[in-house]
Amino acid sequence: MHSSVGQVVIFALPAVVVAAFAILAIRDRRRAGPAAGPGFVATNGWPVAIFLIVAVGLWTVFMIVLPMLSMIDLSFRPRLPPPQWGSARDIYTLENYRYFLFGSTTSTASWNTTHLKAFGLTIWVSILITILDFVVCYPIAFYMAQVARPARLRLFMLMLIAPYWVNEILRAFAFRLLFASQGVINRALMGAGITDQPIDFIAADVALYSGLAYAYLLMMMFALYNAIETLDRNQIEAARDLGAPWWHIHLFIVLPHAKPGIASGATLVFMLTAGALAAPLVLGGPRTLWFTPIVYDRFYQAFNWQQGAAYALILLVACVVFVLLVLKIFKLRLGEIAK
Amino acid sequence: MTSRTIQKAMLGFYIALFFAYLFGPLVVMGATAFNTPAYPTFHPFEGFTLKWFANLANDRDIVYGLKNSVWIGILVVAVSVPVGLAGAILLTQVYSRAQSFYYLIVVSPVLTPGVIIGISTVVFWRHLTDITGLKFIYDGTVLTVLAQSSFISAYTMLIFLARLARFDRTLEEAALDLGASRTQVFFHVLIPFMMPAIGSAIVIAFLSSFENYNTTTFAILADKTLTTVLAGRIRVGTTPALSALAVAIVAVTVVGAVLFELFKRREQDIAARRAAAAARSEAAETAAVPAHA
Repeated sequence: MHSSVGQVVIFALPAVVVAAFAILAIRDRRRAGPAAGPGFVATNGWPVAIFLIVAVGLWTVFMIVLPMLSMIDLSFRPRLPPPQWGSARDIYTLENYRYFLFGSTTSTASWNTTHLKAFGLTIWVSILITILDFVVCYPIAFYMAQVARPARLRLFMLMLIAPYWVNEILRAFAFRLLFASQGVINRALMGAGITDQPIDFIAADVALYSGLAYAYLLMMMFALYNAIETLDRNQIEAARDLGAPWWHIHLFIVLPHAKPGIASGATLVFMLTAGALAAPLVLGGPRTLWFTPIVYDRFYQAFNWQQGAAYALILLVACVVFVLLVLKIFKLRLGEIAK
Repeated sequence: MTSRTIQKAMLGFYIALFFAYLFGPLVVMGATAFNTPAYPTFHPFEGFTLKWFANLANDRDIVYGLKNSVWIGILVVAVSVPVGLAGAILLTQVYSRAQSFYYLIVVSPVLTPGVIIGISTVVFWRHLTDITGLKFIYDGTVLTVLAQSSFISAYTMLIFLARLARFDRTLEEAALDLGASRTQVFFHVLIPFMMPAIGSAIVIAFLSSFENYNTTTFAILADKTLTTVLAGRIRVGTTPALSALAVAIVAVTVVGAVLFELFKRREQDIAARRAAAAARSEAAETAAVPAHA
């Protein structure tokens, strides 16, 4: 299929969806008759109604939907020199995805082990880091939400907000200073006589994984805190009075109540970790496998945007699958976690 | 009793450990900025110096990147605050059958990795400028503002939604009954009510834009912001001048964020006190006139 078909579809699709909802809405209003109440323009007045429609229209269509559709479209196109874009050779193809799987745009003889391994590792490590961050944050979040007195809670909040706003690259930089071969940790180890050679933490990916676990910790913290904070303390008191051991209270009262918070924290941490670019660039060794730098290189090293778009889409699909899985496991709806 | 004490001690120890982990790396980074050796280290601390900070002001790339970051931040605020407000208001009015679809679209940028937002923005606008010939749009600053605003508008929308949920609709009706037009209600009732949220949204939008790297590094094209200059330098090697820059950035953003938080707290306290006072006076009034009830 020629790529010009996609052009039409991309620009027509948002228009068709909006038109379909508009037709449905008008039909429903006609059916309801006078019971429908004042319409959109009558509720807001002309100037505000125009502002709402224009602002949201530009945002959703030109900043969210069309970019995403274009990226999907580009990922199915062959790599051609610019003069040939839109020419007869510009037909939809799976070659960019074939390259991800087999390391070649034509042959399917051998697997593309480097990229597949990097992808698998990124997803696996991101899942582990998400779980680790949850375990680290839970006691503190519970303490702040249910135990701490107001004055101490305020202090803790300020102490959490400060590092929360530290830039991603600077966090990675801080970890690099710690883990470099002449870094703080190596000097301390050598000074204490534990080793006489600096340990290469960066090549061993220790620096990267601890930097990643550190980077998005507070996302989990605030999500958990917000969820546990809404739990009525009387429920915990009641359970304690009835003789429930402490782990029963957490397992059967606090955790079920905090489910939406856990889900939203997990979603955010996973998405940010799997999509992290600063930490792998700064903390990755020469042979470190992480997926986002590979995507970056498709664009700005290989200048193969079609392939880059395909790789980006693969990452996005992985994140969407993760979100859907979390929603399924926790039996939640999207509206409950996106707050 | 003793098991209670042990539990408490363990929790205290854990909290201390947690905060040490949280601040340790940042403190080390800060210390290296004030130490004299040319390699960033804080042990041994050979002497206190501010020369690394002086180096920064003479670094043309960094000064340029800083200016660009501030400029982009201001533009992102200008786009994402009105857009987020419109998004939030529309969500309360949107056609019921389209509501969950609309919500899915507008929160999707929050759940999309930043690199993908950057990539898709660049891909789309490169394509659109190809078709239309409007080359000026395909510019690092413009694309970065568009890409960042797409998800920062979703942040501001969530802030506005939280505030809108507490809006008393009868205020609007009262204004209408007194003869105000719909437009007047918007500007004289709704906007003043939203003011605290607008303030929050401005701060959050600017900080999110200023510290963003993942989206920016794709959308900025050949141009530079402070974070992309910084990332480029750190990849090449670590110097105390970079630590100094880190300290400067952390100082600005963290002091900003903490001041903002304190300010917000104070405002909430004042509001809470006012509400309590109103409740008291209302109770007093009802107590004073039992016969009319």
